[in-house]
Amino acid sequence: MMKNDVKIKAVGLKIGYGDFVLLKDADFVINKHDIFIIMGGSGCGKSSMLRVLTGLVKPLEGKIFVDDVDFLAADTITRNQIMQTSGILYQSGALFSSMTLAENIALPLQLYRNYSPEEIREIAALKLALVGLKGFEDYYPSEISGGMKKRAGLARALALDPDVVYFDEPSAGLDPVSSKLLDDLILDINHNLGTTIVIVTHELSSIFAVGNNSIFLDGETKSILARGNPKELLKNPPHEKVFQFLTRGGEKNA
Amino acid sequence: MKQILDFNISNSLLNISFEGDYLLFSNDNAKGKVFALIKNNLQGIVLSAQALGKWDSTLLSFIFEIEKRARELSIPVRYNAFPDGLINLINLAFSVDRKPSPVDTGKAGLLESIGSWGVSVYHGIKSGLSFMGKTFNAVFRSMFGRVVMRSLDFAAVLEECGYKALPIVSLISFMVGLILAFVGAVQLKTFGAQIYVASLVTIGMTRIMGAIMTGIIMAGRTGASYAAVIGTMQVNEEIDALKTMGINQFDFLVLPRIIALSIAMPILTMWADFMGMLGGGFVGVVMLDIPLQKYWEMSVAAITLNNFFVGIFHGLIFGIVIAVCGCYYGISCGRNADAVGTSTTKAVVSAIVWMIVMTGFITLACEVLDI
Ligand SMILES: Nc1ncnc2c1ncn2[C@@H]1O[C@H](COP(=O)(O)OP(=O)(O)OP(=O)(O)O)[C@@H](O)[C@H]1O
Ligand SMILES: [Mg+2]
Repeated sequence: MMKNDVKIKAVGLKIGYGDFVLLKDADFVINKHDIFIIMGGSGCGKSSMLRVLTGLVKPLEGKIFVDDVDFLAADTITRNQIMQTSGILYQSGALFSSMTLAENIALPLQLYRNYSPEEIREIAALKLALVGLKGFEDYYPSEISGGMKKRAGLARALALDPDVVYFDEPSAGLDPVSSKLLDDLILDINHNLGTTIVIVTHELSSIFAVGNNSIFLDGETKSILARGNPKELLKNPPHEKVFQFLTRGGEKNA
Repeated sequence: MKQILDFNISNSLLNISFEGDYLLFSNDNAKGKVFALIKNNLQGIVLSAQALGKWDSTLLSFIFEIEKRARELSIPVRYNAFPDGLINLINLAFSVDRKPSPVDTGKAGLLESIGSWGVSVYHGIKSGLSFMGKTFNAVFRSMFGRVVMRSLDFAAVLEECGYKALPIVSLISFMVGLILAFVGAVQLKTFGAQIYVASLVTIGMTRIMGAIMTGIIMAGRTGASYAAVIGTMQVNEEIDALKTMGINQFDFLVLPRIIALSIAMPILTMWADFMGMLGGGFVGVVMLDIPLQKYWEMSVAAITLNNFFVGIFHGLIFGIVIAVCGCYYGISCGRNADAVGTSTTKAVVSAIVWMIVMTGFITLACEVLDI
């Protein structure tokens, strides 16, 4: 694989809070245009890993390279620039409740782009339409459902046409149909915009439907137990736990 | 069915049999005896339930406890004729995949308590100072227009702590003026000097009472709301979203609130001064029969620029204190609903404490500067 295909490289990451270590010596690579899944049992540190990758929390040790730039050692300006090229969809959507959906999406545009107010309004409307929320520009987050909040959150994450979009449990709390729609949306974004996508999820159907690369975190050994395409992992599970996870505890045809 | 709990030891085996219905089973006496029998010298424990009737979690928790104690001593436990459901639940209860990290048992000695209290105070001061530093940095940058602040947010916050606070501030300060006049009149009457009620109320309100009353109202009203709003944003991951958008939370959340309160508080203080004098005047004119004209003259004569500006200055400082306390506890809020409640309480209490402390400092400074 050519070096310039690498989007994000994590080297020797040690993640935890104070003395409490969740994961150590974690190395992995996320390639451009990957749909990269971070999976593992509850409480093994997936959300924490996402917080580290997005720069919210510092790892206890280790380095993260984004486009070969050392993300953690970079100065504030470079870090902010890198952050602007990534969008994040939080578990709850994390929309700003004092702003309408359009204003939520407009915020990053107002900050980082020199568009006119009309252009910003148009872009916000477009992004909302892309996630199936046409006509909801002037609604407040409290006036829409949980699934709609997630989609609006995605629209905001896409506002700056990011290179990487991170998802924390995108399908949690969605009905099967909405969650399928979200999966399709993720695939669309990945295919049509060439966006690299990093997803934390438990949802097996999503993992197999969208993922083409993954790591499996294990809380007991505090290590990465498996990596690679989830479908391949299912065929040749490198570890009993991975097999159990990918087959819902050994169920056939899962 | 009658409940019978039978247990005995034979050949180093502890046999326990359950008979009858075990609903809301609570028999500490029997439980204690059974637990006392689980000792190192046992070869095994046999639990039988041939004649077990209905059961609920009280039985389950008893068996869970037996199994737990047995496991600690590595004594094998055998289950005889137990319903599948019960066995499955017990297995489920023991199928943890990760041990929780040891929790502080809370039984620290005196010395340790003092030590950890000291450490927490140290961390509190450190994070408070760092918060202040970042806040002043944001204020400083705002003077050069290098901040990200939505004018819409600022307007909304200003409105909230501005004219919307007027009714309550008016009412309370009117009442305070009234009370001051009443209490003062009782004393002054004995010298036949009721007329000085006007001076008393005016000096009291303008110099300090107006600012203090407004401060306490605004701490409860606005400081609490700042902590709650920002704390809820923390819970909803909105603060995370801000940070990852590269937006400085101090610019975006703290700055508008501090500026708004710094503008609103002095004005509200002036208004409170006025309302307090009105309250005093009400008592003076209606109850003490001082002519309105006379009361007015005495009041105006008692207003000095020094007192007036010291009062306004208090208001400004209180505004900053309230906003800083509210925002600080909002931003350092935990990620659950409980934490929001705690933060709100802390914001109000600390705002009031710091207002009193600042009053002390200002009074001392005025004394030294002879104002
Ligand atoms: N801010 C924090 N301070 C201390 N410990 C934390 C903090 N956040 C999370 N933890 C701990 O880290 C562990 C992992 O949390 P994390 O949210 O990363 O798990 P997760 O893999 O995302 O789990 P889930 O699948 O349930 O969302 C948990 O045991 C939690 O108690
Ligand atoms: Mg999580």
